[in-house]
Amino acid sequence: MALKIVKGSIDRMFDKNLQDLVRGIRNHKEDEAKYISTCIDEIKQELKQDNIAVKANAVCKLTYLQMLGYDVSWAAFNIVEVMSSSKFTYKRIGYLAASQCFHESTDVIMLTTNQIRKDLSSPNQYDTGVALTGLSCFVTPDLARDLANDIMTLMSHTKPYIRKKAVLIMYKVFLKYPESLRPAFPRLKEKLEDPDPGVQSAAVNVICELARRNPKNYLSLAPLFFKLMTSSTNNWVLIKIIKLFGALTPLEPRLGKKLIEPLTNLIHSTSAMSLLYECVNTVYIDVNTPPLPSLSLSLCLYLSLPPQLCVQKLRILIEDSDQNLKYLGLLAMSKILKTHPKSVQSHKDLILQCLDDKDESIRLRALDLLYGMVSKKNLMEIVKKLMLHVDKAEGTTYRDELLTKIIDICSQSNYQYITNFEWYISILVELTRLEGTRHGHLIASQMLDVAIRVKAIRGFAVAQMATLLDNAHLLTGNMQRMGICEVLYAAAWICGEFSEHLENPMQTLEAMLRPKVATLPGHIQAVYVQNAAKLFATVLKSQEGNTDSTAAQETSQLMIDRLPLFVQSANLEVQERASCILQLVKYIQKLQQKDVEVAEEVSALFAGELNPVAPKAQKKVPVPEGLDLDSWINEPPSESESEDEQPKAIFAKEEPKHSRPRREEVDEKELAKRREARKQEQANNPFYIKASPSSQKVYQEAPGVEHIPVVQIDLSVPLKVPGLPMSDQYVKLEEERRQKERAEKKKKEKKKRKEKRSGRGKKHDSGPESEEDITPAHQVDIVTEEMPENALPSDDDDKDPNDPHKALDIDLDKPLADSEKLPVRSHRAAEAPKSPTEDGDATSQEPKKKSSKEKREKKKDKDRDRKKSSKHKKKKQKKEKEEKEKKKKKKHHHHHHHSDGGGEEAVQNGTVEEEEPLPVSVFFCFLPLTKVYDIQGNLQDGSQVVVSVIFENKCDSFLKSMEFNVLDSLNSKLQRPEGSGPHDGLTVPFQLPPGVSNEARFVFTVQSIIMPQKLKGTLTFIVKNEDSSTHEKLDFKLHFTCTSYLITTPCYSDAFAKLLESGDLKCSSVRLEGVNMPFHHLLARICFHHHFSVVERIDSCASMYSRSIQGHHVCLLVKTVSIDAKCDEPTLLGNVLDEIKQTFSQC
Amino acid sequence: VQNTVQHVLLQAEDMQQQIIRETFHLVSKRDDNVCNFLEGGSLIGGSDYKLIYRHYATLYFVFCVDSSESELGILDLIQVFVETLDKCFENVCELDLIFHMDKVHYILQEVVMGGMVLETNMNEITTQVDVQNRMEKSEGGLSAAPARAVSAVKNMNLPEIPRNINIGDINIKVPSLSPF
Repeated sequence: MALKIVKGSIDRMFDKNLQDLVRGIRNHKEDEAKYISTCIDEIKQELKQDNIAVKANAVCKLTYLQMLGYDVSWAAFNIVEVMSSSKFTYKRIGYLAASQCFHESTDVIMLTTNQIRKDLSSPNQYDTGVALTGLSCFVTPDLARDLANDIMTLMSHTKPYIRKKAVLIMYKVFLKYPESLRPAFPRLKEKLEDPDPGVQSAAVNVICELARRNPKNYLSLAPLFFKLMTSSTNNWVLIKIIKLFGALTPLEPRLGKKLIEPLTNLIHSTSAMSLLYECVNTVYIDVNTPPLPSLSLSLCLYLSLPPQLCVQKLRILIEDSDQNLKYLGLLAMSKILKTHPKSVQSHKDLILQCLDDKDESIRLRALDLLYGMVSKKNLMEIVKKLMLHVDKAEGTTYRDELLTKIIDICSQSNYQYITNFEWYISILVELTRLEGTRHGHLIASQMLDVAIRVKAIRGFAVAQMATLLDNAHLLTGNMQRMGICEVLYAAAWICGEFSEHLENPMQTLEAMLRPKVATLPGHIQAVYVQNAAKLFATVLKSQEGNTDSTAAQETSQLMIDRLPLFVQSANLEVQERASCILQLVKYIQKLQQKDVEVAEEVSALFAGELNPVAPKAQKKVPVPEGLDLDSWINEPPSESESEDEQPKAIFAKEEPKHSRPRREEVDEKELAKRREARKQEQANNPFYIKASPSSQKVYQEAPGVEHIPVVQIDLSVPLKVPGLPMSDQYVKLEEERRQKERAEKKKKEKKKRKEKRSGRGKKHDSGPESEEDITPAHQVDIVTEEMPENALPSDDDDKDPNDPHKALDIDLDKPLADSEKLPVRSHRAAEAPKSPTEDGDATSQEPKKKSSKEKREKKKDKDRDRKKSSKHKKKKQKKEKEEKEKKKKKKHHHHHHHSDGGGEEAVQNGTVEEEEPLPVSVFFCFLPLTKVYDIQGNLQDGSQVVVSVIFENKCDSFLKSMEFNVLDSLNSKLQRPEGSGPHDGLTVPFQLPPGVSNEARFVFTVQSIIMPQKLKGTLTFIVKNEDSSTHEKLDFKLHFTCTSYLITTPCYSDAFAKLLESGDLKCSSVRLEGVNMPFHHLLARICFHHHFSVVERIDSCASMYSRSIQGHHVCLLVKTVSIDAKCDEPTLLGNVLDEIKQTFSQC
Repeated sequence: VQNTVQHVLLQAEDMQQQIIRETFHLVSKRDDNVCNFLEGGSLIGGSDYKLIYRHYATLYFVFCVDSSESELGILDLIQVFVETLDKCFENVCELDLIFHMDKVHYILQEVVMGGMVLETNMNEITTQVDVQNRMEKSEGGLSAAPARAVSAVKNMNLPEIPRNINIGDINIKVPSLSPF
């Protein structure tokens, strides 16, 4: 062993530490990966050693490597080992590594629960701190549930350093375990007034974070925050509070009025720019929200600033040379815009100017603002400016952003601001000239949407699209432009669907059947083929009217010539459509040769109009009554059959990239079969122009289109598509049109005025034209999207069900219910539903071997009783103190014989019981009912005590309608539901079959806790046998000892010393007579029975501490024969000491 | 991506590296006279998030925050963090941070915890860091590292680009490395 240690320390001298590792990496720039992999091998060796220092060093290096992007999850267990070291140095390394590497799916996290709990309760505050910090990074729902109560206790720690960390981490706990919010909230609220500014700031931070998502639940805190705002000097806290008020004022208008004064004071007194900004921001924005117009007015009056001037002020910020202020000014402006669009709109010049800023962040902000500023009047102008920027813009990201913004601006609220759709179409067409944009599909969908929904524009759109198709080579020539070729999808569809508007359908048809089309992506080709067929129908129709039938036949021939290219396509969709249409055209040609008129019938194929359907329509279709979509129509195939899932897998793999489904992968065999069949068919077909053997070969080798020779046109200059009207022309035209309209209107008005000359002589100034004056150029009929007839309107569509904050939308003002407690690692929670062998002591029904004589006697006793009680239901009450003692023995007994519990020990949540004494007070037994109860102070409320009672049915009958009632005293009252009288009993919310136990909790309000108290009570219930039922009553006494009001609270020696020195505490002492047990047993007993914790122990002298639910400090100095005690409440102290004395007199 | 303030070192390794690369790319090409805010791309968690950074010589300190944080407040916080580093390392330089990444983390953990601002008072932060360092020293520490780090500095060139955006060079007060 000694040798091993020596060897370990020698090894260490040769180990690399973190600094060596960093230096090594820097020296191996060329072969860094190789160097690091040898380092990782070394680390693996180091981790295998027993020496914790070596391990910690290795983990430290791993943390660094993880930061460089290396996966170190394999070392997770070693990290846990280092975390559990007793030395702070190593522990810190371990926790740092854990916070960097652990995430929710790391399985070793489960192993850390106890370690973290131990560290949280460590006497060294920095151990606790390190554990809290680490936990904040990797807390999981399980950890949150198991540790919530421990962390909550830490919120009242004596050290502010721990308090602030505990408060802050609660937010993480709430997110992971929302049930903890209500029980923890009262204490969190309390921390808002913590004497330490750091703790206060943490509490404000957490509550603001919570309130931001669900402000309405936090309105009741407004007065408290108001107080804080006027008293706090911490800018960080003030900013948070002001932000919080920003979220609250829209919900509570009166709040805004109250805020004026303190905010103005702050504006005048603060020197911090950041705070000033937040003040301005809140005053101008959040208070101006719609429910408070009068307030905003008074506020603005108060600050002698009419609403426009609020924006003026922001304008000053925006014009500032400081880019940060400029940015924030724009940000604030965009908030104002939502409520007062008009006042912002007048600053359009400034915003447009910002578009020229060299800073991209500022440009993006400005763009965002422009979105909200457009109106019918200025849309064209703004978009024109933006188009100029598109041309100028460098870097595709910003240009793409511009493009999407242009489209967003134009299409917002159902094209509300577009007066001239011809203009919009030409804008869209101009946008197709953008090089390298990723947003081809966006433009395409806009084209489709406009063409479908604005009927009046179809003719124009079709003409434009035809030109686009004609010049398709310009869009597809460069591979970089592949994104933009998506617009051809739209162009082809529009030209096909609305082909009746085409001037020269034949030309377009030809354009669509060019060989070069085969280089386009498959889904576009498919649309080409299908729409070529539509066009073909239109062309036939026009040609058949003529006397010359050869034209129609030539058209058919063109189709037959060109379609085979598509039949060969690798894309199944294209192939299928092409071969289908090819056969159709061949048939048509046959008919044409026989001089049969076919046009009518061909166009009937494409009759009918396609209507736009709202995107959410499908979701809104209500499920018809009686239809269960989840039930099987036929029995599911048996397991063996489903083995053969090949075809399914093919579909699963398939991911439609574009709106059109693409089926590329089909069984190779199947494909070959089809190919063969087609070849056969082609060979038999006299009209089929057979491919040369070489091209056939190409097809078989490469299903792609790369082999088709294509002339690449590389154009580096922006393209001007010939023949396209520039959108600018439309701007001009539109202006002229509007002027004309205005002139006409004036004329009319003049006429009117002339007619009514005798009327008011005052000249009516027509002024600047208002929104309503602008009439759209076309009679635009924007078709609304279709919705199913009985669709259910629902607004919750956009809410994300996975948002963790949704779970935190909890009413915090409702008083806590009994059931709402944090899971406490205690016997109480664990034992509640347990078998009588554990809690029921000697009353156990199961024959069980008892070790002590005493117990055997008791059992006899009870057995006798039970015989009687089966008839008489006589109560048996025992001296509490005796029972208490026994319970303790029982506990230990249980602990050592886990398996005795008969499978029920699983309920023990795996925690070690000796670690912390439990607040168990008194203990009763009844027959046939066993009732075990436990009084515990409610941590959240100094005047509440929760009594949990375990009822166990020990007879053979069914017990029901149990009612629990206690005779209230002046001091202690049973909390009854609202509306019930002071003497009403509480119904126990369950029934008990024979042999079953269950737990119920009752809340008592206690005013003074300095005296012990006994409450008399009764339990009534109905005993139901097979043939009869009787009503029974059981009397009992609840003993509230002073001890039960104490809560084990850790305390550290320095705080303890301070407390003693403070002089506020009264002194008292007690002698322990005839106690001869080891000193540590004595201490354990005080801890266990009286809820104390040991502060410090020196030989046979120890200081102990506990705290009452109402905040009394109780300090003990325990020696072997006597206890000196101090407490700020002498009566309480006296009683506690009496109780302690009694505990020891019994042993 | 966590709430509020975040040190850019979370998430799965590959994703994390991608975020750091992207962030560095975005931040490093910005001029000194533009604003210190960058609106979030999809990588850092969407439109509610933004990058707030400060540039010291060859070093960038980048925080990614959501809209519950005050922009100027975070700029102040970065200043506090850097000044704290300067105090704790006694005239901090780039190499201090490169060779003592663990210590930088310990300091940062006193400022930001689990993505939330813990402490903004510099004295409080340095006090806590000092106490913990003293504890470490009393336990014997991990190794006698600093001496070796100094010798390392002698024979090394400064890197052109920091490995990680949070490491690098702070030459606030003593930029020169000549004393070594």
